[in-house]
Amino acid sequence: MNQLLIGLGVVLLFLILGLLYKISVMIAVAKKKPVERPDDKANNINGILMLLFLIFFGGWAWISAYNSFDDMNLPVASDHGITTDTLFWWTMGITGLAFIVTQVLLFTFSFRYRSRPGHKATFYPDNSRLEMIWTIVPAVVMAALVFYGLHVWTNITSEAPEDAEVVEVMGMQFAWRVRYPGADGKLGKYDYRKIDAANMFGMDMSDKNSYDDFTPREIHLPKGKPVLFKIRARDVLHSAYAPHFRMKMDAVPGMPTQFWFVPNKTTAEMREETGNPDFNYEMACAEICGSGHFTMRLVIVVDEPDEYEKWKKEQKSWLSKNPEYMSQVPENLKEVALIASGQDTTGARLSEASF
Amino acid sequence: MDTANAHVAEAHATEAHEHHEQSFIRKYIFSEDHKVIAKQFLITGIIWAFIGGMLSVFFRLQLGFPNMSMEWLRPLLGGWITPTGQLDTEFYLAMVTMHGTIMVFFVLTAGLSGTFSNFLIPLQIGARDMASGFMNMLSYWFFFVSSVIMFISFFISTGPASGGWVIYPPLSALPQAMSGSGLGMTLWLVSMALFIVSTLLGGINYITTVINMRTDGMSFSRLPLTVWAFFLTAIIGLLSFPVLLSAALLLILDRSFGTSFYLSEIYIGGEALPNLGGSPILFQHLFWFLGHPEVYIVLLPSLGITSEIISTNSRKPIFGYKAMIGSMMAIGFLSFIVWAHHMFVSGMNPFLGSIFMLLTLIIAVPSAVKVFNYITTLWKGNIVFTPAMLFSIGLVSFFISGGLTGIFLGNSALDIQLHDTYFVVAHFHLVMGSAAFFGMLAGVYHWFPKMFGRMMDARLGYVHFWLSFIGIYLVFFPMHYIGIAGFPRRYYSFTNFDAFSTFADLNTFITVAAIITFFAQFIFLFNFFYSIFRGKKAPANPWNSNTLEWTTPINPGHGNWPGEIPKVYRWPYDYSKPVNKEYAAKMTQEEIDKMPDFIPQNVPYSETLETNLPEENEKIKLEVKEDDDTIVVDPEK
Repeated sequence: MNQLLIGLGVVLLFLILGLLYKISVMIAVAKKKPVERPDDKANNINGILMLLFLIFFGGWAWISAYNSFDDMNLPVASDHGITTDTLFWWTMGITGLAFIVTQVLLFTFSFRYRSRPGHKATFYPDNSRLEMIWTIVPAVVMAALVFYGLHVWTNITSEAPEDAEVVEVMGMQFAWRVRYPGADGKLGKYDYRKIDAANMFGMDMSDKNSYDDFTPREIHLPKGKPVLFKIRARDVLHSAYAPHFRMKMDAVPGMPTQFWFVPNKTTAEMREETGNPDFNYEMACAEICGSGHFTMRLVIVVDEPDEYEKWKKEQKSWLSKNPEYMSQVPENLKEVALIASGQDTTGARLSEASF
Repeated sequence: MDTANAHVAEAHATEAHEHHEQSFIRKYIFSEDHKVIAKQFLITGIIWAFIGGMLSVFFRLQLGFPNMSMEWLRPLLGGWITPTGQLDTEFYLAMVTMHGTIMVFFVLTAGLSGTFSNFLIPLQIGARDMASGFMNMLSYWFFFVSSVIMFISFFISTGPASGGWVIYPPLSALPQAMSGSGLGMTLWLVSMALFIVSTLLGGINYITTVINMRTDGMSFSRLPLTVWAFFLTAIIGLLSFPVLLSAALLLILDRSFGTSFYLSEIYIGGEALPNLGGSPILFQHLFWFLGHPEVYIVLLPSLGITSEIISTNSRKPIFGYKAMIGSMMAIGFLSFIVWAHHMFVSGMNPFLGSIFMLLTLIIAVPSAVKVFNYITTLWKGNIVFTPAMLFSIGLVSFFISGGLTGIFLGNSALDIQLHDTYFVVAHFHLVMGSAAFFGMLAGVYHWFPKMFGRMMDARLGYVHFWLSFIGIYLVFFPMHYIGIAGFPRRYYSFTNFDAFSTFADLNTFITVAAIITFFAQFIFLFNFFYSIFRGKKAPANPWNSNTLEWTTPINPGHGNWPGEIPKVYRWPYDYSKPVNKEYAAKMTQEEIDKMPDFIPQNVPYSETLETNLPEENEKIKLEVKEDDDTIVVDPEK
């Protein structure tokens, strides 16, 4: 019933609008005013509107950008993020200037040269010198931005330092999973055919580097040390995106990717800086991956280096949490597996004693 | 120099063209007349534009009012509204995907190029029709079938394609990954394959027609910029769409025939797939090899239309005609070697990223030249604000705003943060979405009298323009803020993340602005259809324009010109040409003021002694000679 009433209301509204339109056309015809071609009055009004638009839109844009400025600027927490932010604001300055100059010219010319009685256009088909100038100037400015950008980009994408902390980040529908290499500093091999409900990474139990790998629920990173994300996906494309670190890299099934950076503020420091006691660094997914795309949240914690080491030591290996996978370990490596995964504490003591 | 003489009376037109009466079907449905086909493309495009726009209103409601009950949409969307009255998360993605596909391909490629290339190329170069009327007809009907298939995909139980308009595999290849990747994706691929056939049939025709069928005197250096733009667009389309077809074919093989072009090491739905060795990156390369030129396929026709309209309504020649052509050629060429800037963080080799960043930023130069030329055309003009002119100025404004943000995104170092955020959404909606749309609307307002022999209501046009122009800026300008803050695209909601918990108010604001903008388009819809039937009868040359289409009868019949096709003697931009020194001394000021401020292309220099430049007086001798030549050389006449 309600819908019917709303429908009728809409129809009525359109009828009224149509009627008003008809009346306005009749008035125009009676006054012998052209309805299809702008007369002097219409030209004048539109010309003035052009100028008013420039003033009001310019003012609104400035005020709204100013008011949103703090929300826009996500705090930055990585070394390279500071350089890209600087590059961003340089680019903003240059393009902002071009934006203001061209828009002001566009709308003031539209206003200034609106057709009115007695006004004539000037025949002015070209001017090679002018055209040369405005070809060369943007070219030079672009060249400058390109070289600045190239410099930053090359640094960011350079080889990760040898001592970088390695973290494997894997995207799946619809979560991020992380794996650390454990005490040996080496991630074990994986094979997507070994994936099952518990072994989400498809860890290969015939590789002895796997035994001490651990898979925490969040990422922990040490402040001030380079960290290397080894990124992969196991079903569809995802994109590992940690906005505060200005990092983003697609996770591609069948093609591991990577991204390294230096986090430079701990979570605690950031909580203080933002005044938000609940602040957390987050990782999101930036590549459409299905219905849960918007839910792929992972918390990243940046610790002081000693806290980080402490946290790392406390982590239990994946194998020790899933001892049933011992059956996949080859016979000759069983003992190594027990020791490395931290299941056999006597063994651990023994090995410590023997080395 | 009496331009009215150029127009043949309408009565004479029908009389002179009295070939057999065509049946309704041959005349309006399976027509081979380029003008009818253009209208078919236009009306189909308008229908699609409203469908695409409505989808955007639905998903903007979700973004702007996340807690709102969508129960009222159940009669339309049925099961896609969850029992709790919310929009289904996957259907949200389906709407985003279909919005993109519809707008980019069906509205701004077929609706724009299909309409104006078809309509204007023969009329402006002085041809009776397209090179192949039959292929032209096929072009529309392939598009029509493609449209029907895409439309049907809305009504299947698994929903339409939902993996984004870029349909990146593996998501689009695996029905296990999302239900839209099942039958919906198959229909998408079939529809797009037919669409590509349509585009190629059209493109070949446009190119052939421009090269072979120009009237006497219509050299390339006298072509209107519209035709130059359509010509270059068709070349770009012809070179790039086949690559999309190949990408789609390989995807079809992966989906249905067990190949592994794009698939490798995938574990999904509880099983490990046998595919090994494929690369999702390969698809991205193939897709963007079309995808980036596609941006210019969308934009160039609009820039061409705008050049023509701005020149006509500034009553001034377009500034730097040759530079305009040169920059369009440069943009067209560069558009083929910048595609990987969509892939800076795809895992592609970073060195490749450096190269593509360099090439991408070069494109800013010809784009800047175009903008400066538009602005200089306005300078010292005598601007007549027809609705078409307003939309053209709006286009230039959008082109600037959206183009400048491209400088951020083309910079690979900045793209790390900005990639796939709302900054990108704001960027391309301004520079190719809204700008191309405004070009299309400008074209409709400007050539409506030629299409339907009647005028559109200018006052409704003004209201339509100002609401759309302000509305679009209110939607997309603040969207940059959200993008700078890092909000990712294609998110159903932002509440899961602390980092994206701000800007809820701004999102509401954008949604309200988007809804107003969408409803403003109904003003156009009314004006368009009302004016077709009830608009005021158009004069022969309502905008005092120079191009050849205005020398045809008001309602041009089959073959466009009833008599001979007019010859062309000059470029199309002789507006407000001053009286030369020799005549200025002889004439009174009153006489000078009375002279019309435009000289159509078909007026020979021998008739415009008052305004000829010295070198143009030289050409008068050639004019006579040329006329003789045509009689002697061409044995058929």
